Amino acid sequence: MEFLVASSIGVLTVAGVYLVLRLRTFPVIIGTSLLSYAVNVFLFATGRLVVNRPPILSDDALSYTDPLPQALVLTAIVISFGMTAVVVMIALGAYLSSDDDHVDDQPEGLAAHDKGEGGA
Amino acid sequence: MSLFLIVALPFLGALLPGLMVQAGRRTCTLITFLVTATALIGLLTHLPAVLNGEIVSARVGWLPSLGLNVNLFLDGLGMFFACLILGIGLLIITYAGSYLSRDDNMGEFFSYLLMFQGAMVGIVLCDNILMLLVFWELTSLSSFLLIGFWKHLPEGRQGARMALTVTGMGGLAMIGGMLLLGNIVGSYDLSTILQNREAIQASPLSLPALILILLGCFTKSAQFPFHFWLPHAMAAPTPVSAYLHSATMVKAGIFLMARMWPVLSGTTEWFWIVTSAGLITMVLGAVIALFKNDLKALLAFSTVSHLGLITMLLGIGTPYAAMAAVFHIFNHATFKAALFMSAGIIDHGAHTRDIPSLGGLRKLMPVTFVIATIASLSMAGIPLFNGFLSKEMMLEQAAHTTLWGSPWVMPVLATFAAVFSAAYAFRYISHVFLGPERHDYPEHPHDPGVGMWGPPALLTVLVVAVGVAPFLAEPLVRLVTAAVLGGSAALPDAHLKLWHGVTPALIMSAIAVIGGLILLALQRPLARGWEATPRPEAKVMFDGLIARLVRGARAMTDTLHDGALTRYAAILTITAVIVGGHAWFSGGTSAPTHELIPLSPMPVAGWLLLITAAGFLVYCHRNRLLALVLMGVIGLVVSVGFNYLSAPDLALTQLSVEVVTIILMLLALNFLPDYTPAESSWPRRIRDGAIALAAGAATSLLVYGILIRDFPFSSISEFHLANSYKGGGGNNVVNVILVDFRGFDTFGEIIVLGIAALIIYAITEALLSGPVRRRLAKREAEFPLAGDAHPLIMVVITRVMLPVVLMVGIYILLRGHNEPGGGFIAGLIVAIAVVVQYMASGFAWADERQRYPYHTIIGSGVLVAGLTGIGAWFAGAPFLTSAYGYFRIPPMEEFELATAMGFDLGVFLAVVGAVMLSLESFSRLARPARAKVSDHAMDIDPSRDEGDDTSGTIDGHTNGKEA
Repeated sequence: MEFLVASSIGVLTVAGVYLVLRLRTFPVIIGTSLLSYAVNVFLFATGRLVVNRPPILSDDALSYTDPLPQALVLTAIVISFGMTAVVVMIALGAYLSSDDDHVDDQPEGLAAHDKGEGGA
Repeated sequence: MSLFLIVALPFLGALLPGLMVQAGRRTCTLITFLVTATALIGLLTHLPAVLNGEIVSARVGWLPSLGLNVNLFLDGLGMFFACLILGIGLLIITYAGSYLSRDDNMGEFFSYLLMFQGAMVGIVLCDNILMLLVFWELTSLSSFLLIGFWKHLPEGRQGARMALTVTGMGGLAMIGGMLLLGNIVGSYDLSTILQNREAIQASPLSLPALILILLGCFTKSAQFPFHFWLPHAMAAPTPVSAYLHSATMVKAGIFLMARMWPVLSGTTEWFWIVTSAGLITMVLGAVIALFKNDLKALLAFSTVSHLGLITMLLGIGTPYAAMAAVFHIFNHATFKAALFMSAGIIDHGAHTRDIPSLGGLRKLMPVTFVIATIASLSMAGIPLFNGFLSKEMMLEQAAHTTLWGSPWVMPVLATFAAVFSAAYAFRYISHVFLGPERHDYPEHPHDPGVGMWGPPALLTVLVVAVGVAPFLAEPLVRLVTAAVLGGSAALPDAHLKLWHGVTPALIMSAIAVIGGLILLALQRPLARGWEATPRPEAKVMFDGLIARLVRGARAMTDTLHDGALTRYAAILTITAVIVGGHAWFSGGTSAPTHELIPLSPMPVAGWLLLITAAGFLVYCHRNRLLALVLMGVIGLVVSVGFNYLSAPDLALTQLSVEVVTIILMLLALNFLPDYTPAESSWPRRIRDGAIALAAGAATSLLVYGILIRDFPFSSISEFHLANSYKGGGGNNVVNVILVDFRGFDTFGEIIVLGIAALIIYAITEALLSGPVRRRLAKREAEFPLAGDAHPLIMVVITRVMLPVVLMVGIYILLRGHNEPGGGFIAGLIVAIAVVVQYMASGFAWADERQRYPYHTIIGSGVLVAGLTGIGAWFAGAPFLTSAYGYFRIPPMEEFELATAMGFDLGVFLAVVGAVMLSLESFSRLARPARAKVSDHAMDIDPSRDEGDDTSGTIDGHTNGKEA
């Protein structure tokens, strides 16, 4: 089980980082969302994995899982929604104003050319 | 007067001239004069006590936990310097009142001057080295303002920048040194540090501390190799040069060396570094000064030379040398300030400071001639003037000091410097005042008013008085020397006398005077040779160094921060992997301790689903809609995983957030292109893939490493589990942590969420009020829209579901304290229920029926949560302390009420408001895109194939309100 969680986090990170490195806004946003999943699961996993021991107090429960990472991750999930919404809005505003959804100031192919001009 | 007031007066007074500038120049000068005079009188009230050997002190704890206290103390040394600062300050203020022209902003000038004065007084009265550092930096800053006072002069600006750079760097070094020193002693109080000579000198950190502190002192006091800034600071108005660069600021480094003398001096390192630096500076400054044609440059290098002399004396480390240093500080301050002021008078009168264009001023400016001659002779070391006495003491000491392994180095070099010193002093008299009267001065020179010649004249009276009757100054010098020695050595039995008999010093003095006269005669041919010799120019080197630094910084910025987000992300990821990898491979790990959970088919199925979805997502991310669907799959697997791993609250939250996120992304995708074009080259994709794989592998390894081990120490969670019911009255520990243990955190989070929603709203507003609105209006759909925008079945189902979902939401909210649920989840559920109404019947229809603006809902949520927290104050408990109790209202069963519910209600409202405001903003963007909006709850349009124009709807706002 531990291996499954660890490898899932790894896969989400790979996909997230790869998409964040793309040149258009939409894949970058999807990439950050995937990274949020990875980070949230990572934080949750620091409380170690436990099956069938929810942190709900009851007289028949033998033991409980660690509640603290859960509380932290719960707010993190909601906040990451807020963050995604703001980023999407900014990306949308930029696209609507300039008809361009590149995330970079200048495509990398043109960078050398522009610098040459700036130096002259 | 309290010492606090003495230090504070110039700072407070600094406001006055700036405010009173309208009242005229005379008033401005007078006010500044009065402020300084008051501080001086206040200082002098302590004179009897100080003369009795008492130490006056005033102490206030500011941040005692950091060792930072506003402690002031006044002993002989502090008194001496404070008198010098305030006394010469008075003369300078008087002088500046006449010197500044009508174009200069006098209020600004005097404000800076008083600020500087306050900082200087602070340095010399300070008993806490942290406070001292603050004042030290203040002098750097205020001198920057003063040097660059004539903002229109490029030299002024460059000189000010150079001075700030050099002294500022020294100040930084000194902060390090002082902190080391404070650490060695365990106190930042100067008086305590001065008692701990043995502890400091025994510490292995004493050498770094010494070097760092000396860097600060040397830069401030213009010692080799940092001497070059002082001549460039001469672009300042002359009162500034006279005040800062001869009498006060450049003495700050010397003051600090004298202050620290009891604990730092006497070691071999101190002797070598300080004496060598001083000696080199003295010789170098004296030689350069002779060949400078600018009057102020000549004086500047002469100041450098004399500062070197004093530094050298402090470095030698004998009580006699310390006494000579103290005496020379006083003498130099008197004659050099007078000389600077006379240079200013000449500049003012003849409109030039260039020595070759001057000469023959003796008859034209008789008063100035007398003043300058007396001061120059004192500088040259002629008997009956005070400079002779201290120079004699220096030569005496030099004759008995062995440096660099030879008893000859010191006396020879000291005499050599003295020869040049005499020569440039004579040159100041002969080349400026003597010789034939000329008629080609830029302006016909004449003596100025008493306001300008009075102050230097007063100083020359001192020069002569001390020179003729040295016993007058002796008590003062002995008192200050005793303070410098600080009990670490006995006061020398020497007396200040004109005639000591024929000593080596007298012979060296005689050589200096005669040599000086010979050099003067040879000055012009020598100067031609000097001009012809190539020599390193400090300003060129400094500018080159700065230019290289700027180029380096720019190259680095351009490489790392070139405006390409992808580059930042790549650099960040690679750095994180490298740093993490370094930590992983360089550190050790313990053996696995955690018992692993055996695999079962269901988790494996979920895992396969997640891996496949992620793989496909990367593979077909160009198809944006498909990417969203796959992202939804991943989100679902994650929430199911949370549920499996004993986190029902997380599962519920993730599930509901997933829904609103996907809706949000769909709304955005409505405006964005549906496909991402393929732009990256294959090498780039492979590079990105490699970075991503490295990051993923590192993360997996890290997580696995964590998961197979237990906590190395017990976590705070046990406390939460144990106190959740007892203290918070709830069984759902996660919820109790959110609303109680870490309630403040949650409070902050709902505010953040609300702000995020408001940002989205604000951006929407900005977009809709700009050119984007027109573009949106002209926008055409890429594909034909569905004819039935508001399908019957969806409308009916959502309407039927609404009360059910709202009830579920409230149920989840109420049970949250004891069962999975709570404000966050309930808020999301209710938001989804409302969003679905928008989706089913359209924005206009839903908006008509929306009574409370979402901003208000966010605000009321934050308010309710905050007020619940404040409620605890009335019970005498800290913010957000919760209380609970059990109640029974027949015929219901006993139930629990906790104040945490009020807080959770606030969270609920804030979440509903924030989510709805975000989604609503996105939909508002879509509104102008469609010219016609149906106001009907559903519009079944039989003519869907014929296009939009026959949909038969009327603009929303003009139509009726029937449901």
